[in-house]
Amino acid sequence: MPSYTLKVNGQSRRVNVAADTPLLWVLRDNLELVGTKYGCGQGHCGSCTVHVNGVPVRSCQMPVSTVGGVEITTIEGLSPDGQHPLQQAWCEHDVPQCGYCQTGQIMTAAAFLKNNPSPTEEEIDGAMAGNLCRCGTYLRIRNAVKDAAVAIQKGGSK
Amino acid sequence: MKPSTTPVTAALGRNNSTDNPDGGHRPPLQALSRREFIRVTTLTGGGFMLSLTLPGAAWGQVATALDDTTKAFTPGPFIKITPQNIITILAKNPETGQGVKTSLPMIVAEELDADFSTVVIEQATLRTDVGAQFAGGSRSTPDNYLPLRRAGATARAMLIEAAAQTWSVRTDELTTDKGRVIHAATGRSLTYGELATKAATLPIPDEKNIRLKSEDEFKVLGSRVGGVDNPAIVTGQALFGMDQRLPGMVYAAYEKCPVYGGKVISANLDRIKRLPGVRDAFIIEGTDNINGLKPGVAIIADSTWAAFSAKRQLQIVWDESAGAGHSSADYDARAAEAAKAGGKTVRSDGDVAAAFATGKVVEGAYFYPFLNHATLEPQGCTAWARDGGMEFWTTSQTPGSGQQLIADTLKLPKENLKLNLVRGGGFGRRLANDYMVEVAAIALRTGGAPVKLTWTREDDMRHDCYHRPAGYHYLKGAVDAAGKISAWHNHFVTFGYKNTERTASGAGLSPDELPARFIPNYRLDQTIMSTMVPTGPLRAPGSNGLAFVMQSFIDELAHAAGRDPVEFRLELLGEDRVVPPTQGQRGTPYDTGRMKGVVRLAAEKSGWGGKLPKGEGRGIAFHFSHSGYVAMVAEVAVTRDGTLKVRRVTSAADVGPIINLSGAENQVQGSIIDGLGMAWLQEMTFDRGRAVQSNFHDYPLLRSTETPAMSVHFIQSKNPPTGLGEPPYPVVPPAVCNAIFAATGKRIRHLPFNKTDLSWT
Ligand code: FES
Ligand code: FES
Repeated sequence: MPSYTLKVNGQSRRVNVAADTPLLWVLRDNLELVGTKYGCGQGHCGSCTVHVNGVPVRSCQMPVSTVGGVEITTIEGLSPDGQHPLQQAWCEHDVPQCGYCQTGQIMTAAAFLKNNPSPTEEEIDGAMAGNLCRCGTYLRIRNAVKDAAVAIQKGGSK
Repeated sequence: MKPSTTPVTAALGRNNSTDNPDGGHRPPLQALSRREFIRVTTLTGGGFMLSLTLPGAAWGQVATALDDTTKAFTPGPFIKITPQNIITILAKNPETGQGVKTSLPMIVAEELDADFSTVVIEQATLRTDVGAQFAGGSRSTPDNYLPLRRAGATARAMLIEAAAQTWSVRTDELTTDKGRVIHAATGRSLTYGELATKAATLPIPDEKNIRLKSEDEFKVLGSRVGGVDNPAIVTGQALFGMDQRLPGMVYAAYEKCPVYGGKVISANLDRIKRLPGVRDAFIIEGTDNINGLKPGVAIIADSTWAAFSAKRQLQIVWDESAGAGHSSADYDARAAEAAKAGGKTVRSDGDVAAAFATGKVVEGAYFYPFLNHATLEPQGCTAWARDGGMEFWTTSQTPGSGQQLIADTLKLPKENLKLNLVRGGGFGRRLANDYMVEVAAIALRTGGAPVKLTWTREDDMRHDCYHRPAGYHYLKGAVDAAGKISAWHNHFVTFGYKNTERTASGAGLSPDELPARFIPNYRLDQTIMSTMVPTGPLRAPGSNGLAFVMQSFIDELAHAAGRDPVEFRLELLGEDRVVPPTQGQRGTPYDTGRMKGVVRLAAEKSGWGGKLPKGEGRGIAFHFSHSGYVAMVAEVAVTRDGTLKVRRVTSAADVGPIINLSGAENQVQGSIIDGLGMAWLQEMTFDRGRAVQSNFHDYPLLRSTETPAMSVHFIQSKNPPTGLGEPPYPVVPPAVCNAIFAATGKRIRHLPFNKTDLSWT
């Protein structure tokens, strides 16, 4: 098995896996970062969203051999204490139902707010359109993203 | 002697004198009501532990323990209070996204008068003592509401008594708040933790001395409480079925015949076993139980990806003969023939033919397709075979049945199968336990290593065990000169599983389904076509297709009569009264007053009656299911070229008092999205016995950009609280289709409607 060194959540991690293994499964099975979810394996659902150099990427579509030395951020590394304004807003709005899609939703939203710090509702819905939620929590997601945007503007951090 | 008829005092008298076989005093099992037993003991190291035994697996043991003092029955903890004031409440049922891990403990905490925000919630494993542990039929709330309240109130009464003894005051001088007993007269208070050890030694008060709160005393119930797992969910902790990890764990994939009922003839196992990362590959013969262990080829590997990769390289020779003649096109053709031939009359009231002769007649052929549950987490399970038993980490909605299935299929002693209940979206999919018996069969072949089975999305889509059955309804109705429905004739063409006598699971239509019992001339005929597609309950089973048909056709008749669709419906429901099921039918009584209440509220809140320009419209629908009364108004806009925008959905529901307002609204909002996706986009089709759709590109879910505005209202009537996971879902499709008709004049009789041209001029 070939060996790869990945930069995940600020740490250098070495794995021995088949070259075609999607980053998703390296994160989940090898690095024990199970917050990144498998929903479809085909790029349809967004459950597997992580950041690659700050850009949201579907980790199920990224073979480990193509990852190289980029900075990967998973939900576990989004904030040091689990208190990213999006994570707080998600709890305040009681967004989750089954909860399975929500880490992918948050990762997509986090990258989006960096580029568009004060979005309209339409822009939020558009940005989140690639993330499916089987339980139908889109309305709460929209409202939570709106609130988090305001919190980030006020707090300035993250 | 049955526990329900046991004279309580006699039983307790004998038990009180019994010593615990493990040394200490064995405290009594007290009958708190005819339906539950409570025992209070001291926690190891001090503190208070209350056990609650509800009707279920251990019921026989309870009876024996009461009856025969030599038999011990030791229930597990339900409420724990440590001297350090840590209060733990058991979440007894599986959490499938419907919010019971939060709402059921809220019920206990309310009567206990604990501060819910500091209570520790512990997810139950599958036990024998806490009654039925399942998530289905919107039953969690109605089945548990009173027993959980009585358990919380019993603990509170004992803590008050402990304080009264400590301070030598009367109990009626004491109050409680946020986990403290308070003596207002002297300004003293003690935490439950400080009182716990003493309270644990007191006798359990008699049921008649336990006062439940009145609703206006509620502090937690009816408020907005966030899901207890939210902080763990948003930080990506290992909560879900697929997240389980055990030392030395191996990973499995399982390939089943794409044709339902197909069997394995041979497979290229030698080649597969030589692939990198693969440890073993073998054929599992399986059984004929379509909800059980289906035949297939298992692969055990070092990682999920190695298992998935090897699975793609499998070359299996299948016996696919079971699938011949089972295609969606065949079903459509057979249904059309059946429509011409006529069916078997199931119910006949009055004389529909006479009413058709004099009334204004409308005819319509309706269809709704097979659906997939499509939980976002595909099926899977983790199991560990050791010490002659097996332990599971399962997302099952019916863990008890799963345990039985495994015991029966693999001939393992049931009591050696330990089940941990893990979070996972259900929608009815996890009522079946096929994935659990699969992993059990695989776990017997790992040499003692724990194993995690993961289905691919494609496995999940093709082996939905089971699909929501499709249905064909050939309808003819009439309105009389007074503008009322005078006749309704439905020929329902449905499915039976490998037979034409009995409807398949989820494929029935009650002869009492509205508008039966509400109009004078009603006839229901039925034809059952044989299918080998496994079918079964999906969120609001039955209702989820029927409401579309009934509420759309009622709308057709309202328009034929030139009547306002809301008025027409209120008139159909008639006087406020409770309509009993027809003799011999099993249905729930139908409270027309409650239904009219939600119809009126939805209409009022939606701005019903206000004029809209062509291309815009409102539609109303109502439906009663799972004891819940729901009405919705949808408002849509359709461009001339047929692009639909669902602008707003207004919902009104009466499910009695609301337990958790945030959770309740979330269920309604989610049902609106789910119902829209179902009506608009979703269809499973079959070809030669196999599912055609395989992933979200051909079985889409609704996306965020289609989210309508939603306004969600509740009538919190004084009726007993009932569940909300299911009742709103069936109402969405007809509300939207009726709105599309109002906007465009196009009547949708065929779901999903993404195939219908909605353009207008
Ligand atoms: S799992 Fe990657 S997009 Fe669905
Ligand atoms: S919360 Fe269940 S899939 Fe989104």
